[in-house]
Amino acid sequence: MSPAPLLEVTDLVKQFPGRGWRRARGTVHAVNGVSFALAPGETLGVVGESGSGKSTLGRLVVRLLEADAGGIRFAGVDLRALDRRGLRSLRRRMQMVFQDPYGSLNPRMRVGEIVREGLEIHRLGTGPERVTTVARLFEEVGLDPELVRTYPHQLSGGQRQRVGIARALAVDPGFLVCDEPVSALDVSVQAQVLNLLTKLQQTRALTYLFIAHDLAVVRQLAHRIAVMYFGRIVEIGPTDAIIGTPHHPYTRALLSAVPVPDPDRRTARIVLSGDPPRPTAPPPGCPFFSRCFHPKKDVRCTTELPLLRPVGASHAACHYAEVPVSVPPPPPPA
Amino acid sequence: MIGSLLDLIRRALRHPSGRTGGLLLAVLAVGALLGPLVLPHPADMPDVVAGATPPSAGHPFGTDQLNRDILSRIATGGRISLAVATLAMTLSLTLGCLVGLVAGYAGGWVDAILMRVVDAALAIPRLFVILLLLVVWERIPLAALIVVLGATGWFATSRLVRGEVLRLRHHGFVLAAQGLGAGPARTITRHLLPNAAGPLLVAATLGVGDVILLEAGLSFLGLGIQPPVPSWGGMVLDARPLIVTAPWTAIFPGAAIVATVLAVNLMGDALQAALDPRSA
Amino acid sequence: MEKQARLLEIRGLTIRFPAGGKGRTDSTPVRGVDLHLNRGEVLALVGESGSGKSLTGLSLLGLVPHPGRLDPGSSIRLEGVELTALRGEALRQIRGRRIGMVFQDPLASLTPVLTIGTQLREALTAHRSLTRSEAHRRGEALLGEVGLPDPAAGYQAYPHELSGGMRQRALIALGLAGEPDLLIADEPTSALDVTVQAQILETLDRLRADRGMAVLLITHDLGVVAGRADRVAVMYAGQIVEQRDTRALFREPAHPYTRALLRAIPRLDRLGEGLVPIPGMVPSPGEWWTGCRFSPRCGEALPRCANEEPPAVALGDDHLSRCWLAAKSKT
Repeated sequence: MSPAPLLEVTDLVKQFPGRGWRRARGTVHAVNGVSFALAPGETLGVVGESGSGKSTLGRLVVRLLEADAGGIRFAGVDLRALDRRGLRSLRRRMQMVFQDPYGSLNPRMRVGEIVREGLEIHRLGTGPERVTTVARLFEEVGLDPELVRTYPHQLSGGQRQRVGIARALAVDPGFLVCDEPVSALDVSVQAQVLNLLTKLQQTRALTYLFIAHDLAVVRQLAHRIAVMYFGRIVEIGPTDAIIGTPHHPYTRALLSAVPVPDPDRRTARIVLSGDPPRPTAPPPGCPFFSRCFHPKKDVRCTTELPLLRPVGASHAACHYAEVPVSVPPPPPPA
Repeated sequence: MIGSLLDLIRRALRHPSGRTGGLLLAVLAVGALLGPLVLPHPADMPDVVAGATPPSAGHPFGTDQLNRDILSRIATGGRISLAVATLAMTLSLTLGCLVGLVAGYAGGWVDAILMRVVDAALAIPRLFVILLLLVVWERIPLAALIVVLGATGWFATSRLVRGEVLRLRHHGFVLAAQGLGAGPARTITRHLLPNAAGPLLVAATLGVGDVILLEAGLSFLGLGIQPPVPSWGGMVLDARPLIVTAPWTAIFPGAAIVATVLAVNLMGDALQAALDPRSA
Repeated sequence: MEKQARLLEIRGLTIRFPAGGKGRTDSTPVRGVDLHLNRGEVLALVGESGSGKSLTGLSLLGLVPHPGRLDPGSSIRLEGVELTALRGEALRQIRGRRIGMVFQDPLASLTPVLTIGTQLREALTAHRSLTRSEAHRRGEALLGEVGLPDPAAGYQAYPHELSGGMRQRALIALGLAGEPDLLIADEPTSALDVTVQAQILETLDRLRADRGMAVLLITHDLGVVAGRADRVAVMYAGQIVEQRDTRALFREPAHPYTRALLRAIPRLDRLGEGLVPIPGMVPSPGEWWTGCRFSPRCGEALPRCANEEPPAVALGDDHLSRCWLAAKSKT
């Protein structure tokens, strides 16, 4: 019997009013009916390109943004129904690590103060106890505790990101939303932070919602992967299944497009043609239709929105997911 | 926050304009504070008979038409002028900050209403309002003058602060603070305000110059600070009939006004440059 | 096999930024760079932030930002012509006409208040006289060539009206407008989604083949390099640390930095391998010293690495490695 999920999201919707003078500009459905569940100790990777809604999803789940419709249950508690006080105390249990190591730290605060703030807000420990906690946190994330009195601009990108992680860990959360935590870092530093996150998951029994655009990065940490396109999950399943046997055409294209540092790469590249639909005008059918290369795609795809259904080891939102797509043979080596 | 402001000032002092302005301001401030205590001649002992005397060893700036030492008068007058300017500016800043923070943070109709009020107020010329008030209220006490000056000068500041708040609201660190559970009070005081402090300080510094000119002008017109309280503008007013025969009676107070405003503007320039993260 | 025509030859390129005030030393974000490029070849210049790769690209066009200067010994020869000696009109003749550049961020590199067409016309007429309608025709044709789905509409559009991928294509069109022999592409796809990136890189490949152009591809992404470049030069802290043909570099990286980099990047193809991070951080240009700049982070450093700068050692067929280990292996 599997443990109760830590996070349960049901049919989550978030719209943004369209920009521009007239209402006629339309609303953007950033998140358009997303459902999934997260088990404790699990890492769910959410991948998607710009406009997929993955970052919005991350903020909705911790209620930094208010959803328009749908349900979020965290540890059995209905998150959307909480009042301010209830939300505040629940915030201790779920934290967020942000993408931008430059903008996510207050430039006017010393990094020690930044990490300490969570303790102050929730009145955890006495003054001297907080100092020790902060020092321990610094060590835990691999920072020299001597750096406590420095300002963010004096640190490197990798160090700043560690400060962000320490800040999130200060209140001892069980759940962390990582929103593109390594995208802005140098390649040689990315690995450091990724390894740190992996280690922390083990030592602290953390659950992660890991949002990224880079499948190769997500693969390092995620037990399951959800692929988002145009505000919806188009495929979700165990990491190996998604990477090894993708069922949704978009997943295939995404996998194929990831640059691989191997000049002798054998698999062919799928290069998508066509454009994605305008964000303000979601089509009634499958949003991927305009770029889809599946041989079986037909009228049904334009009229009927495919829903997530079990295919193989994963769930895919495609009417023809079972039909294998024959990938053209790789070009002969030059 | 204080630390970062001091840091800003330190960086400003590295610029040549900052050093000049800072030095000038320091001289003026020290002169104004200590001058009346250490200078030999009192600012206020009229001697109608002796009349104005040119600058000499005993009176470096000469004496005015009532044989009062001009240097002492400038020092005493400086106290008044600088105090009025600083206090009025502080009032403006406080009001502007409050309105700007509330408008920027709350948004929605609160923001809309507040900003329309500011728009309307900005449409009315400041000098006009002040003149009107002072003509009606002839013997205005100093405290009331400071309030008038301060209450008419906060509008632009509020726009500035509001702009900064809007800019910062969606920065990661503000979201992170809210994610940690910070309420509006903490968000505003620890996160928004300190980051808006830089541009605020620049505006405040330049605003002091504005008030000094304003006050001098009012005194020159016979409004504002009344004799026997010495004020630079008043000294220039008194010097009008003597401008040909005893020009020093007008030159020195005038130079004091210029020097102060110049110092303040130089300092403001340097602070502005220091705010730019690319400067050392 | 015929010897390929040597198009570009860079020797001893050093870019210096004079120190701000007293007591500070000059910084040299690019030091002693030697590169060469043949006609029709793709050379990838790979490095992380602070490696100096972008500055190197800019220096070819004389676009090093003030107050940076090229040191006297630097030489950049384009088919025999010394570019560092050119000024004014002569330099202008090179820009766009012989060497084209595609910058990184299309939103920042395109003038927001002019239509794509206007900017394209500007580029086209800079080097040959064309009537307005001729330029319009050529411009639209160019936009079609770079893969814009509706060239006529794209010509009339403002940059913000196009998607990221289309803007990047427009930028490529601008770079090609002068029909250059060499195209410098500085992180041409970093700001784009992965699927769009694949499209753009395909387009670049096709254009290069069609025109017989050489490409200097500046990037931090080794995955992009693997599929698209003939040769690779790896930069670290202002110097070229390894230079080799692509396949060989990936199979047998000689320099410890290249090796460490390949172990540290997350990849989709190798299953079950953990990431091996490179400890420490990239040093900033002001902090450099006279030893091997990678030595503090190098797992294989010899004692002499910290103090003596390693020479660029020729390890065989067009293969260079700036490393004492390489020097040792030759003796």
